[in-house]
Amino acid sequence: MSSGQPSYKEYGLSRKEYEQIKNILSRKPNNLELALFGVMWSEHCSYKHSKKTLRLLPTEGKQVVVGPGENAGVVDIGDDLGIAMKVESHNHPSAVEPYQGAATGVGGIIRDIFTMGARPIGLLNSLRFGEFDQDRVPYLFNNVISGIADYGNCVGIPTVGGEVYFEGAYAGNPLVNVMCVGVVKKNEVMLGTAGQPGNIVLAAGAATGRDGIQGASFASEELGEDTEEDRPAVQVGDPFLEKLLIEATLEAFSTDAVIGIQDMGAAGLTSSSCEMAARSGVGMELDLLSLPLRDENIEPWEIMLSESQERMLIVCEEERVDEIKSVYNKWDLEAEVIGRVTDDGQLRIKKGKDTLAEVPARFLADDAPEYDPPAKRPEYLDKVENFSHHQLDLEKNKNYSNILLKLISRPNIISRSWIYEQFDHMVRNNTVLLPGSDAAVLRIKGTDKAAALAMDGNGRYCYADPREGARLSVFEAARNVVCSGACPLAVTDCLNFGSPENPEIFWQFKESVKGIGEACRELGISVISGNVSFYNESRSQAVYPTPVIGMLGVIDDVNNYTDRAFKNPGDIIVLCGKTKGHLGSSEYLKMIQEDENVYYPPSIDCEKELKLHELILDAVKSNIINSAHDCSDGGLATALSECCLSGSLGAKLDIKIDGMPPEAYLFGEDQSRIIISLNERDLDDFKMLARRYNIDLTLLGHVCSKPRLVIGNYIDLFLEEMNDKWSKNFADLPS
Amino acid sequence: MKFGVVVFPGSNCDQDCFYALNNVLEVPVNYIWHRNQNLEDYDCIVLPGGFSYGDYLRPGAIARFSPVIESVVNYVEKGGLVLGICNGFQILLEAGLLPGAMIKNESLKFVCRDIYLRVESTESPFTEDCEEGEILSMPVAHKDGNYFIDEENLIKLKERDQIVLRYVSSDGTENETGNPNGAIDNIAAITNRQRNVLGMMPHPERSVEKLLGSGSEDGLKLLLSAVSFIKERG
Repeated sequence: MSSGQPSYKEYGLSRKEYEQIKNILSRKPNNLELALFGVMWSEHCSYKHSKKTLRLLPTEGKQVVVGPGENAGVVDIGDDLGIAMKVESHNHPSAVEPYQGAATGVGGIIRDIFTMGARPIGLLNSLRFGEFDQDRVPYLFNNVISGIADYGNCVGIPTVGGEVYFEGAYAGNPLVNVMCVGVVKKNEVMLGTAGQPGNIVLAAGAATGRDGIQGASFASEELGEDTEEDRPAVQVGDPFLEKLLIEATLEAFSTDAVIGIQDMGAAGLTSSSCEMAARSGVGMELDLLSLPLRDENIEPWEIMLSESQERMLIVCEEERVDEIKSVYNKWDLEAEVIGRVTDDGQLRIKKGKDTLAEVPARFLADDAPEYDPPAKRPEYLDKVENFSHHQLDLEKNKNYSNILLKLISRPNIISRSWIYEQFDHMVRNNTVLLPGSDAAVLRIKGTDKAAALAMDGNGRYCYADPREGARLSVFEAARNVVCSGACPLAVTDCLNFGSPENPEIFWQFKESVKGIGEACRELGISVISGNVSFYNESRSQAVYPTPVIGMLGVIDDVNNYTDRAFKNPGDIIVLCGKTKGHLGSSEYLKMIQEDENVYYPPSIDCEKELKLHELILDAVKSNIINSAHDCSDGGLATALSECCLSGSLGAKLDIKIDGMPPEAYLFGEDQSRIIISLNERDLDDFKMLARRYNIDLTLLGHVCSKPRLVIGNYIDLFLEEMNDKWSKNFADLPS
Repeated sequence: MKFGVVVFPGSNCDQDCFYALNNVLEVPVNYIWHRNQNLEDYDCIVLPGGFSYGDYLRPGAIARFSPVIESVVNYVEKGGLVLGICNGFQILLEAGLLPGAMIKNESLKFVCRDIYLRVESTESPFTEDCEEGEILSMPVAHKDGNYFIDEENLIKLKERDQIVLRYVSSDGTENETGNPNGAIDNIAAITNRQRNVLGMMPHPERSVEKLLGSGSEDGLKLLLSAVSFIKERG
């Protein structure tokens, strides 16, 4: 790149964008300047295709302390505390180099949280791969899990929850979304500001090397045939360094000397410097000779675009530089002065006395062009149908026990214990609810409260109906935290789509964002942070539209929570909500389907859903229910199996199925349904509550000590046999 | 009485140990920075879990050369009490304060889950208050917890009653299912000949509150045992 005259195209810029840059500068940009614009105006950094649509999301509210635009969002949980949270994707790096791709995804999101001044307390992840028997899928899956485990475990933040699904649409382009949450005192929230001219700029943490160069640009195009060649664009992580950086940075904050801070994440030094300057309406002058480097021969443009991990940009007053340096040095880390804040609004890159680049920071950070690309309803949606029960093979005497066994041994349903046992999910001594329930529950030390966390997204639903599918994802995430006894409070979202330049994909994106916005408004909560990941395509095959929702709920009294496991023999099992037998887009249908038809996902009645939440929260608070579990993938029979297997207790359910085929009743995925169990003496109280909230109840049966699941005349299975299928190791799955 | 929790670069469970001692047991406790060599004020030193120095080279291999460990060796010689948990156990092995070595888990994967332990010896300040044969439950979380020792020294360990805890199944039987990492002879914790040093892979500091995880408080038994030992010793 240093030789010859590269054109703007090589920097991912369009002719129009190039002209705009010339106008801004009133001259031709030099190559370094062009590189700065190229990366800052890439989709990954500028959100140029998504910005306008994202304004459709509700981002304000009285509980929002910091909304989108900073390193992470912060929401008020009372007791003068805030929860910082954010989710981010690392899809492309993970497709090319799954171990490092996933590991650095974890590292990046953790830095976004502690730069807010928050102590990270938990990690979650949402993963998508191709079908387990497809080429490369076991390799990608195993290495992504190892990458997440090795990084998260070493850095000492528990990985407490998440989700993973296998669908053919993700075969060439897996999704790796990682979410981190932290706790911060509301009056100690740190922001990425540069403050006054004259302030000093420091680089702390790792030295800058050649890894991850142009990672942001790499993330802004489709994956090609030879993804191996993109390996240099993948960063390499060092969780030990990150651990030191967390401790040193939080200690540096406690000195009050830090004015502003930002992670050198995507687009590294370029984005952190110009964004901090732009936020404060000032300029910044950096001397590349002062920056600690791993390789003396590294070119200026490489320095500016390097995405070497575990680096921070810090601003402080001149007289407090030594205090900050001594904290980092105590932790065996470097913190070097690399420049100062200026009053001219320019980002000036110098090497000793030579000025290499000079561009207005604000233009670089905020003035990327905003596009409203054409959106067109995809043609395939014309063929989406309602699945009719008549399409089922209605022969009598089907062996439903065998069908259930098959269903619970599918990769999308089997127990995730093989995964989460590789993650330290208990470090920091806050894990109230072990992984494997509907939500993770972490107590907040020093308060009576707990945070409940869930991640949900259903690409299959969203493919068939982007708007309703996205809405369902928000409601499912909310229902999951409700099942633990938590009131939904805030959302962080990760929007994974194909190329926005394809009008049909952009339509999916727009519809999904609308769906998320609708559901959040209906729930009365805000989206406080998020991430858009476009260009998730390989061989022009786009992934399913996959908005992933990270949900935070708060439990006021940590002693009042619940999980999905049946607890006591004799407890009554009740289904809250109505079963209509919706099989379209269900896991069961996917299992038996032979054609390529697409069927509508279930829909949701918002009013019923909200009443259901109130009912469960009320019942948990009054301490009258012993378990709660959302009915989702695999339907009622699968959910009941999970309640039994999690509690190692059997259940006898005396149901009669009327008006629909048994498989629709047993495996249909109607929304707004929660299975609870409770002591018989509390049944009347619970019925009264349900009447108040106008929720339909079905008394299904009772929990038994005998390790056997009996569902009417349809299913009769011993837990041991079910457990053999359900607890199977992913390592043993056919691949 | 005062406990000291050592902080190495990369320690993860230092704050958890501190919390368990300070907030749950309510005994005095200080952090000890790895460069600190003054251990005079302490009645018990805890080497916490985590990834000291990123587990580079081998778990514990670098921490073993830190200034504080030099002092810990003297401290042990003088009869001071030391508890090494997880990475702390690995450091004690590397420092030669306990015999044997750690290798990768048989699964070659990190394992985090609740396991069962049988108290094999109550001749330790950390198990004095337990019954011999008592079954305890607490979590493990490690990738290199597969304890190994050669046969000759294993026999010596047994003869000298230095095996303090063994992995067992929930019903107390010693078998493969109960062993989370492949450790030889299901060994989970050992002590030195002077019996003032205990190294254990499971995390007692993670099972001190009913509220958390599976609700076991069995870790308390070990820590309280040490507290009463220190009190009696005066």
